[in-house]
Order: sequence, then C-alpha cells, then structure tokens
Amino acid sequence: MSTPEGISRRTLFKLAGGGIVIFIGLEPLIVRAQDARRLYPEDFNAYLIVGDNGRVTVFSGKIEMGQGVLTSQAQMVAEELDVELAAIDMVLGDTDKCPWDMGTFGSLTTRMFGPALRAAAAKARLALMTLAAQKLGVPAKELFVKDGVVSVIAEPSRRLSYGALSKGARIAQVVDQNAVLRSVSKFRVMGSSPMRLDALEKVTGSAKYAADIRIPGMVYARILRPPMHGAQLLKIDTSDAEKLAGVTLIKRGDLIAVLHMDPEAAGAALAKIKADWRLPEQTVDQDSIFEFIVKHAVDQKNIANKGDLVAARAAATRLFETTYQKGYVAHAAIEPHAALAEIKGGKATIWASTQTPFPTRDRIAKILGLEQKNVRVITPFLGGGFGGKSADDQAVEAAQLAQICGKPVQVAWSRAEEFFYDRFDPAAVVKIVSGTNQGGRIALWDYSVFAAGERGATSFYDIPNTRIRSSGGTTYGSESARVSVHPFAVGPWRAPGANMNVFASESQIDLMASAAGVDPLAFRLRNLTDLRMHRVLTAVAEAFGWKAAAAPSGRGFGLACSVDAGTYVATMAEVKVNSVTGQIKVVRIVCAQDMGIVVNPEGAKMQIEGGITMGLGYTLTEELQFHGGEILDHNFDSYAIPRFSWSPQIKAVLVKNDDLAPQGGGEPAITTTGAVIANAVFDATGVRMTQLPMTTKRIRQAIIAKNAKGKTAAVE
Amino acid sequence: MKREIQFILNGKPITLDADDERALLWVLRTELELTGSKYGCGEGICGACTVMVDAKAVRSCTTKLKTVAGKEVVTIEGLARNGKLHPLQQAFIDHGALQCGYCTSGMLMDAYVFLREHPKPSRDAIVAHMERNLCRCGAHQRVIDAIEAASGQMEGQS
Repeated sequence: MSTPEGISRRTLFKLAGGGIVIFIGLEPLIVRAQDARRLYPEDFNAYLIVGDNGRVTVFSGKIEMGQGVLTSQAQMVAEELDVELAAIDMVLGDTDKCPWDMGTFGSLTTRMFGPALRAAAAKARLALMTLAAQKLGVPAKELFVKDGVVSVIAEPSRRLSYGALSKGARIAQVVDQNAVLRSVSKFRVMGSSPMRLDALEKVTGSAKYAADIRIPGMVYARILRPPMHGAQLLKIDTSDAEKLAGVTLIKRGDLIAVLHMDPEAAGAALAKIKADWRLPEQTVDQDSIFEFIVKHAVDQKNIANKGDLVAARAAATRLFETTYQKGYVAHAAIEPHAALAEIKGGKATIWASTQTPFPTRDRIAKILGLEQKNVRVITPFLGGGFGGKSADDQAVEAAQLAQICGKPVQVAWSRAEEFFYDRFDPAAVVKIVSGTNQGGRIALWDYSVFAAGERGATSFYDIPNTRIRSSGGTTYGSESARVSVHPFAVGPWRAPGANMNVFASESQIDLMASAAGVDPLAFRLRNLTDLRMHRVLTAVAEAFGWKAAAAPSGRGFGLACSVDAGTYVATMAEVKVNSVTGQIKVVRIVCAQDMGIVVNPEGAKMQIEGGITMGLGYTLTEELQFHGGEILDHNFDSYAIPRFSWSPQIKAVLVKNDDLAPQGGGEPAITTTGAVIANAVFDATGVRMTQLPMTTKRIRQAIIAKNAKGKTAAVE
Repeated sequence: MKREIQFILNGKPITLDADDERALLWVLRTELELTGSKYGCGEGICGACTVMVDAKAVRSCTTKLKTVAGKEVVTIEGLARNGKLHPLQQAFIDHGALQCGYCTSGMLMDAYVFLREHPKPSRDAIVAHMERNLCRCGAHQRVIDAIEAASGQMEGQS
C-alpha cells in the first residue's frame, strides 16, 4: 500500500500515538491531483488519525488564507466520520505531515480535495464500525454511531467510543466493503455554518502568520533590491553598512542582504549600501501596454471553432466590433510575503506564507542541495493570498540566507517589495466581433483574447457561429504563451483571466441587447438554453427585484453572469453616476450562485461578498502604474484598493442544487464584477465603458465624449 | 538613543532598555513577542498595526517608542480580559467580520477606541471612521455590522 511522500509508516505510528492504524483501502480511491504525476493517497491514514483520547487529527496539504477551508474540511470529516466538529484538530500545509498537494488555488479545495478527504473519513468510519462489531459481538448493521461513540441499537448502554476502540490497538485490517459518502438529506455538519475554527485566534491576536513565528537566535534580513526589473548590479559599496553594530552582511552572487536582531536596524543598514545599477531601456507604460500586447502576443491558440464565420458575418443584420482593455492588477494582500527558515542537523524547516507548500519544499530542496525529505515547509495562517502567494521567492530567500549564515533567518517583505515582486494579474486586451440576426438572436461570436489566458473565454450562449482565440496567454501554464509580453512577472490572480474575459463577453452581450432594444435579462435568456444558467438568472432577478427594461433605462441597473470553477453565477448591481464628475456609487449588489452541494453556506456567502468587493477594485480603481520595469506604485497611498465608504451592501443567494457535488466557491463571483458594473453604468448613462478600471476620470471623459457626439449629431 | 523606558502594557508596567527611536510596532513584535499587531504598509496607511495609547488609537508602525514612555498601551492581546472576549471581539465572530484575519487586530483596536468615545454612533459614522483601515478579503459590510452590533454593548466595558 502506498504512503504519501514525506510520511513514513513509522511517522504515522508516531503521529497516531496509541491511536488506531487500520489499513483498509480496497477499492482504491484514485483522485488525480492537479499535477498528473502525483495522486492523492488511497490510504485514509494519510488524511486522519483517531487518537486514543477520541480526538481526530486531520491532515490536509491545503492552506487557510481566509477562504475558510480550515473549517469546511473539518466539517467534511466530522460528517463522514460521525464525530463532533469540536473533536477535530486540523493540520494544514505541513509537508512532513500532510498528503502531497499541488497548492491551494483554482477553487479546488472543496471540489477536488474534498472528495478524497470525505472518502478517507467514510472509510475510517467503516473500519471503526467493523472493529466495534467484532469487539461487541454484534453485526455492524445493528450498530449506530453518534459523536464518535458506537452503540448497539437494541441495547444503547453497550457502547464503545472511537477512542476506546483505538486504545492500545494498532490494527491492520481489511474491510471488504465500499465506503459510501453521506447523502445531503442526512447531513448534520455539512450544510451548516458553525463558528469558524480560526475565529477565536483571529480576534485575540493569537493567530500565527509566518512573520509571527519566533525561535531562539533568529535574525531579520533585509535584501538589496534593484530599482527596476531588468536592472543589473554594476558596483556595490557595503562599507558603511558593515560599520553598524550587530550587522551581518551576506553577499552571495545576486543575493545581498543584511541581517540583524532588530528588523529596523537591518533596514537602516540596508539603506547605507551604495549600489550602482545598469538600467534597461524602458519601453512601455500603463497607457502604451495594450498596443504592445496586441502587437507582440503572436503565439495564438484556437480554443473553439464552430459554424461558418464568413457566412454569418455576411448574413448578420447588425455587427458589433469592440475592443476591451484592462491594466495590471496587484494581489495586494494585507500580509506581505514572509518566511522564517531554520537549518539544523542537515534538515531545513521553513515557516512560509505560501499557497504552495509542497512545490515550495521541492524548490528549496533543489536550491539548497538537500533531499526533499530533509526540507519541511510549515504553513501558518496566510493573511490573504488571492493567487499571489503561489509565488514563494521569500521562502527561498530565507532558506538560502539561513544556509549561508547558519542562523534562523526571517525574510518579511516590505510593502514596496510586495508591490515590486508581485506577479501581477496581466494587462490584457479582448477584441470581439459579434452579430445578431433579425430575431434578436446572436448569430456570430468571433472572440480574441490577448494576454489574459483562456479561463472564462468560452461562451455558454447558444451561438451557431463562433471562433475563440487566445494569444500570448499568460506565463503560468498556458500553451499560448511561450514568450512573455510583459515588462515584469505576471501570475495567477483570483480567477485569473476570467475577470477580463467575463468583463468583455458580458459587456458585449449587453451592448447587443441594448441595440436590439431588448431587456438584458430577456436577451440572455433568449440566447441560452443551459438550465443551470436559467436558474441562477431567474434567482438573481427575483432577489434583486429586476423589472424588464431595455438599457439605457436611466435606472443604473446592470446584469452579468458567468461559469467558473464548475459554479454558475449571476450578479445584478445598482449604481448611481454623477454625470458631471463621473463619480460612481455602487448602491447595492445581488449575486445568485449555484455551486452544487454547499458545505458551509455562510462561508460560501462570505466568499461571494469578498470576491465581489475585491472585484470592485479592479473594476473601479486598481491599475498598476509603471514605466518599463520600474514599478511606480509602492504602497496603498497611490494604489487604491476598495474601502469601507464605497463597499456596497451585497446580498448573496445560494441556488440549491444538491444533485451536484460541491463546486468552486472562492473565485466564481468575482468574475462578474467588471461587467455588472460596466453594464449598470451604461444603463445609468448610456456610456459604454470598455476599459478597466472605470476610474472617475475615465467615466467623466466618456460622458463628455458622448455629449459632444450628441451635439455634433444634433447640428448635423 | 538607547535608554530605559517604562510604560504600562496591557495593564502591566514594563521596563525596557531600548533605542527610543525604534517603532513601537517592532518593539512589540520582537522582544515583547506580541505579534497580534501586524505590519501591513509601514506608513500608517492600512491600520493593521493599530494599538491604543492613552485612550487614542495610534498606528504603531509610525509611533516611536519614546512617545509612549509613561503612557498606557493596549494591544489586541489586551482586549480580552480574564479570558473573556470583549463584546466587540464576540461581535466580529458572530457577524463573520473576518476572513484571513490579518487586518482584524487593527480593525478591532480602532473600532474599540472609537466606541469608547462614541458609544452609539450611526452606521455612517462607523463607516467614516473605519475608512482608514484596509481589508483585502472584502469583509467590509460585516465589519460594520459587527461594530454596530457591539456599539450597544459597551456599557460596563472599558
């Protein structure tokens, strides 16, 4: 029987203490991990241990960054194993203890790891029941379990707790029976919203994040950074820095750092290093980047082809050609990247704020020249990730410095470093040529996305003639991006690519509905047959109080829908736009979501609210300012993320669909934000915004341009 | 300048022998090992490091140690008393007013000082006050809900 990498059988026994180790696992559960080279383990012992005190320790390679999976995973185990939620202790993102995992991203924890975790708990329950049946001398079907206690149905006083069953026993046992996941109608713990397991720690300040870990003898590092991406170090003078008391200077190739017992003193020493840099030629900025991308994103991939585009174009009664743009967006988690590394006795331990503990372990092992088993990554709570902590450079830096200096080293990035080394959501362009026929049906959809990637690019509307192409993809795993078109690193953001693709697609749909003089909801329903989408659209309209009217109606109502991470989402918004200043106020938002079985309804709603609120940033204010490789935003004073005064009331509606396994929850809702606001602005003003973010200035300029055009038309 | 500095920290007098030009945040987070106050921006913009000094909310990342000499400092670790959560902390839990939790300490401390001064503020006043705190997870409305709910329960609390 296989064991997960990093956990030897001996370790399992050690972890188990006096607990049960029952080997079952016939009917192998082969859940493919995201990385096809690896699998989630079949043996349930890799996921959980039942201690002799009855407490259940659960091991998951997923990490908690605010999305609530600490609690939802515990709920799954409590449900399938039949124990109280309070009896569960969670161990997350520890590479020495948890089954291998690719990382926490893509809204995959519940929909991909969830089935493996639930099955492990169900199998463990089966094994414990079998054991209890033997000990009590009663067939298993005559037993019942409540809160980790197995009792005889006919004689409830005859009982054995899971802990008592495990006492002193280490049993390798084969259960020749398939474990069945609990049906929704029998849920006790899943489907409810218990208090978050991390809530108490987080309101008392005792929750530990990577920068909060303290070990004796640790020092704080500040690292020399180039003034812009692509700069080369020519000359360095560290003499003044070295004169400061308590400073250790590290120079190893490009890695130049000062270490000190006091992080501020390390920063002061760093400031005394004099460095000369050769600077690269700066080619693009936030205004010229779009033309640059379209010109240079030459790698092209065809994603979908259907029908006859040429004939459809000739036959269309109306053609619509629009170009959409979006700038670079930062992750801007409030916690900057941080890590503490200690190397002792040939073994490295790294506490890191990372979404990818296992890949981080592998990368550090390679760079330090250690075997994977001699590197352990432990993941405390993350202060937000949003894809940005799939990058793990700070952990590598801490590990390298610890190896060089022989002391435990903390690397905690400053806010400026966080902005500089962020792997931004890429600037992107979408060009759409679409057409409608006389019945107000969409007949043509010719879609080209540049630099955002494919996610969310395919259409769920019934359009007979379509072509979808992606150019310059992204540099994180897209086939259409062999060469980066960006002046600095880009990477996965929350729902990467889908935010841009849904903004463009759903704006274009609205534009066609308006031209046809048809209510945007009716137009969508007319052009799609997907029942799940019909249901979420109907649900959001009812909760919002939508009344049919063609846009622009002056009401400031907008609609957008999308499919992401297996989840269907439809969002409506009401906005007010000051037609003189261009100032926008988002009055309210309603979002309906079908995500299959819901593990934790309140948690799911918090993800919807959080996603949409975060989405208002890329929609209204967030756009990185840069000049070539020079990042001009260094802090939150110039880079404006959503604030209290403009965060609207958001009503989240979960559309029941218990016939479907749980789908993604962290990302889907955010994908609709750009389009729903753009469509609401159009409904309020008649101005079609095609560039994100829709800043006050851009809205004002668009209104002025429209009015000028109107006047010209009147004169003519 | 390195010197002996005394102040009250979470109800207890302490004496430090430290450079008084250092930022309060780093003194708290390093030798005092009170890591509940967070670094978020280093320039007093985000609010994650907020603590109370003599009944005023301050940004500890831009507060020099020398300015708290002889004063009373309360950090997030001092908000719960005798193992009992402050009503504001309980309200944050009840309203789901946190996700990643990184901004939560600062939000709580700023709201705590605000409610001491304004026991029954309007919702708009809460929003206006909290405007200077940043949250990236999008818990904004729930944070306001929590503060509003706690505002009626501050009696007998200090």
